[in-house]
Amino acid sequence: MRFERRDHPSRALTLLAPVGAILVALLVAGGLIALAGANPLRAYGLILKGAFGSRLGISETLTRATPLILTGLAAAVAFRARLWNIGGEGQLYMGALAVAGFGMIPALGAMPAPLAILLCLAVGAVAGMVLLLVPLGLRLKFGVDEVVTTLLLNFVAVLFVSLMIEGAMKDPLAFGWPQSVPVPDSAVLPQLMARTRLHLGLLIAVAAAVFTWWLQSRTVFGMRARAAGLNPRAAAFAGVPLGRTLIAVACLSGGMAGLAGAIEVMGVKGYVTTDLSPSYGYSGIIIAMLANLNPIGVIGAALFSAVMFVGADSMSRALSIPSYIADVTVALSLLTMLVAIFLTQYRIRR
Amino acid sequence: MSVLFDILSSVGMWEAVLRIATPLIFGTLGVLLCERVGVLNLGIEGIMTFGAMVGWLSVYNGADLWTGMLVAAAAGAMFGLLHALMTVPLGLSQHVTGLGITLFASSFSYYLFRLAVPTSSSPPTVEPFRPLAVPVLSDIPFLGPVLFTQTPPTYLALVLVALLAWGLYRTPLGLALRMTGENPHAVDAQGIDPVRLRVFTIMAGSALMAMGGAFLTLAAFNSFFPTMVQGRGWICVALVVFASWKPGRALLGALLFAFFDAFQLRLQTVVDGVPYQLFLMLPYLLSILALILMARRARVPQALMQPYRRGER
Repeated sequence: MRFERRDHPSRALTLLAPVGAILVALLVAGGLIALAGANPLRAYGLILKGAFGSRLGISETLTRATPLILTGLAAAVAFRARLWNIGGEGQLYMGALAVAGFGMIPALGAMPAPLAILLCLAVGAVAGMVLLLVPLGLRLKFGVDEVVTTLLLNFVAVLFVSLMIEGAMKDPLAFGWPQSVPVPDSAVLPQLMARTRLHLGLLIAVAAAVFTWWLQSRTVFGMRARAAGLNPRAAAFAGVPLGRTLIAVACLSGGMAGLAGAIEVMGVKGYVTTDLSPSYGYSGIIIAMLANLNPIGVIGAALFSAVMFVGADSMSRALSIPSYIADVTVALSLLTMLVAIFLTQYRIRR
Repeated sequence: MSVLFDILSSVGMWEAVLRIATPLIFGTLGVLLCERVGVLNLGIEGIMTFGAMVGWLSVYNGADLWTGMLVAAAAGAMFGLLHALMTVPLGLSQHVTGLGITLFASSFSYYLFRLAVPTSSSPPTVEPFRPLAVPVLSDIPFLGPVLFTQTPPTYLALVLVALLAWGLYRTPLGLALRMTGENPHAVDAQGIDPVRLRVFTIMAGSALMAMGGAFLTLAAFNSFFPTMVQGRGWICVALVVFASWKPGRALLGALLFAFFDAFQLRLQTVVDGVPYQLFLMLPYLLSILALILMARRARVPQALMQPYRRGER
């Protein structure tokens, strides 16, 4: 058996790849549901019903998709430039923590809401950037591989959050629970649907995806970032400033992850805890791959994950299947997607 | 000052060093094997989690402790096979595949654990490995209790270091392995199939990683809980760079690291006014420091992360 590179991967095949990948993942996960003694079709039916069956379900799915779009973008922009940012989780927490800390400044509460919100979003994004610029600096300066450093910094970031919310930023009114002081009302994102948790953050995330798409496909920066990823040596030879491009990519990537944390605090929770994110940062990596690193595709992939997570929560209550099945399915779809992308690029010859 | 002396002169502290080092030794040897044939295996964090879960679950269901270790190793080898098939013959991104394996293996562990042990407030326990005092040697003052009253898997880990060091540098198979990580074309030219060698080595390395995980639930603790691996896998990846891909130095790195970990645990209890989170950050920050120190000096296997296809360069 040999693999032969296709000269022109067909567009239809490329678009079908994620669909096929998700179907195979669902098939395997279906086996695991059957193993638990439930009917897979019924379970998937309940997942869809949980995610789409009611106004509340739909709003929850969209609320869940919001941070996932942003962490997905964070991974997608970085991976395209071969910057292996696996630190989305830590950057998200730093964004969240920065917003909560910034919110403690009394002047913020007196500001008009739009200004306070814009300032908070910027602070969150910058905090995310800073946490990614550290490992990037280590790579550029000392040649330290950023994969492991970004991974390790995730743990440091969460511990730092824990340190702050049990210390300087602890809410004295929280009955001893370790959580931060809530952000002032002026920094809370407005609701999009009455009596649900859906908030303005969704529109910000979608706008971020469109902005990223524009940046990547219509600007010099986008072309340089892609060139740096495809072949750094050739790119450098053609005059692409590699270091500067990577720094810009890191700012964009870390910024998106930081934004995800800020928005989660400002739109959903109101304060920071160490369980703010059910590994949104890691899910972002899966979402980016499912989207084939396409920023617009990220929206769709984030929706798929959100449907699985929200739907599985309500399904597991009805069928007593552990809701971890959602994590299993989504992680499996990453592996199947990798193979699917391979099959769009190669044909198998005997 | 006398507090520091008390900690450093206590048998308990040094005994803990070897215990804390054991899962790291298994893990670093696993990573080292994979990377020596040219493949990065970021599946380690998930494989350790799965090993911890499946080893514990087997013993919980009546298997004896060594069977539990063996089941973990076999499961680890299976994840290794998956990683190997995707990264070696297909040549997919080793970064992303490894992360995918980690995410899949850990969520799969939690899923199976929840199925087997539906909600209970306190995690059920098993009877873990007991320390095994080596006759005569364990009677040596200080060194005896530190080195020779460990649990059996710790002795196994130490034997594996020696075995691997000997195997890699003193046997034809070891030469072929090292060569595969440096120049797979040359291996192929010698009539050895580098693809097959890579696949089997990754399986073996992944089995070691899973045993490191199983040590956590079967010797260090006696129960399984999600997120218990706590980045140990990633630390192993860093330690291999620190060790310059050499088994002896990997042992040294794991011991050094475990020393700091055991030390900070004890320091936490005697130093007042320093938040405990700062102590907990130390292992991760130390790993990053180790990477910075060694990044330029370490001799990376030349074919690391380069997929091999016959006839392609």
